[in-house]
Amino acid sequence: MFSGFMINTWIAASIVAATAGLVGFFVVVRGASFAAHALPLSIFPGAAAAAWLGINEIGGLVAFAALGVIGIDALSRRGRPEVATALTLVMLLGLGTLFLSRTTTYAQEVYGLLFGQVLGIGAADITPIALVSAAAAGAVLLLFRPLLLSAVSRDLAQARGAAPARTDLAFLVILAMASAVALPVVGALLVFSLMVGPAAAARNLTDRAGLAIALSVAISLLTVWAAIALSYLTNWPVGFFVGFFGALAYGLGRGALHLRRARRAMA
Amino acid sequence: MIGAAFFSNGPVQVALIIGGGAALVSAVVGVFTVLRGQSFAGHALADISSAGGSAALLFGIRPLAGFLAMAALGAGGMEAIGARQIRERDLVTGIVLGAGLGVTALLLYLDMTTTSASGAANTVMFGSMFAIAPSTIPLALGVGALALAMTAALYRPLLLIAIDPDLAAIRGIDPRLIGLAHLLVLAIAVALSAMTIGAILSTALLIGPAAAALRLATRPGTAILIAAAIGLCATWGGIALAYDSFYWTPGHGWPVSVFVVMIVLAAYLAAGPLGTALARRRMAGS
Repeated sequence: MFSGFMINTWIAASIVAATAGLVGFFVVVRGASFAAHALPLSIFPGAAAAAWLGINEIGGLVAFAALGVIGIDALSRRGRPEVATALTLVMLLGLGTLFLSRTTTYAQEVYGLLFGQVLGIGAADITPIALVSAAAAGAVLLLFRPLLLSAVSRDLAQARGAAPARTDLAFLVILAMASAVALPVVGALLVFSLMVGPAAAARNLTDRAGLAIALSVAISLLTVWAAIALSYLTNWPVGFFVGFFGALAYGLGRGALHLRRARRAMA
Repeated sequence: MIGAAFFSNGPVQVALIIGGGAALVSAVVGVFTVLRGQSFAGHALADISSAGGSAALLFGIRPLAGFLAMAALGAGGMEAIGARQIRERDLVTGIVLGAGLGVTALLLYLDMTTTSASGAANTVMFGSMFAIAPSTIPLALGVGALALAMTAALYRPLLLIAIDPDLAAIRGIDPRLIGLAHLLVLAIAVALSAMTIGAILSTALLIGPAAAALRLATRPGTAILIAAAIGLCATWGGIALAYDSFYWTPGHGWPVSVFVVMIVLAAYLAAGPLGTALARRRMAGS
């Protein structure tokens, strides 16, 4: 399980899980679940396009990540943000369907890209994954205060001169970067499960932002490690375990929240 | 380009009937979905219904029955976990969606390894417009009619809750009950379109026509009619173009969903400036 070809998977998975845990905290406090679900799906055609043109997969994913961000941003200037998100999603995914229909021997890979695969990572992928993840994490730390402030109160953020609209765009970019690198490992459909599940659980466990982020990263890492180990043993898809553990973490977190509230009520 | 051969083709007839029904129901239900800000819930139910579609392949039951059962189960799950605040509601939707997609992942894996359905992921996630069994027509039209009837019965309370929740509460409308009924109608709509243009892309038929119509119309009734017209045009136009595309690139045609999505998107983009022009004329007239 830890030898040879699997090493790349473990390294890449740990990097993307830590990034997802960090970015996921802001997905949860900013209520951006739909964007976190739509962006990975919009990015998914990038892999098909890359295979078609014969370029690096991560490159194709990052290019479509940019298209997804531009689409959501441009459409939500004129209408409801969630309609913008939904339409960007179907537009890019429609393109993806077109790319996929051009090749006939792609069925297995489509499945892997949608639901994750243990052996999707080669040694050449580690460097771009690490670089993009580091950029996403760096941007989060740099924008930590405005990201949190505009999530709590847009008016307050505006009063402090933080321009919430620009913060929203910056957050979309961060989300897109984290999604692009997580996609080959856990699959387009379940990237957001890795972002939402652990972070939601962490937020139910503590009220302090710093501690919640640390917990979110830890739960996310545990989720991915367990998912890969189980996937390796059973041959079942990584995405199944990620989705399952994500929901389990949220359920346990909610249970813990009830306990905390009950104890506080007694005291 | 389209002659008698198009209309006398068996799979095309089935696609026109079921696709039209799915487009109609999705467009009508979509207007309430956009008004209530539930695009994410609609998309999530469609994605969750894919677990039913893949289970149907595995157990050899009717695909539509699978899609319907799973979408209804998802609607029940979201309502059971329940959440008042919008932010919390999106989170719960996301968690249920994640769990549902996990199940889809496993079922599709079993489909591909234990049956001969190697293209199962493609069929379920991206639709199978031209591969629907003709025997599905009665069931599809039946549940479609049921969804439309429920929407008609819920018309006033749904609209009131969407526009002014406080006033609705004063009038004695139970938001949870209406919410659950709306989720169930939504489940029927997305299950129908998930089977035709695919689980992930059914959002195009649900949100696109409704969002475009709401930019044009000021009255909900008019919006519903416009949405239905756009949805039907997109689906039937998509089917005709996909049929025709077999001649563009000999060997394999283009997928229907691509055309449906592009027509819907074009309608939405055109509706923006058109709506502004209409509003200006209305202002000048009054």
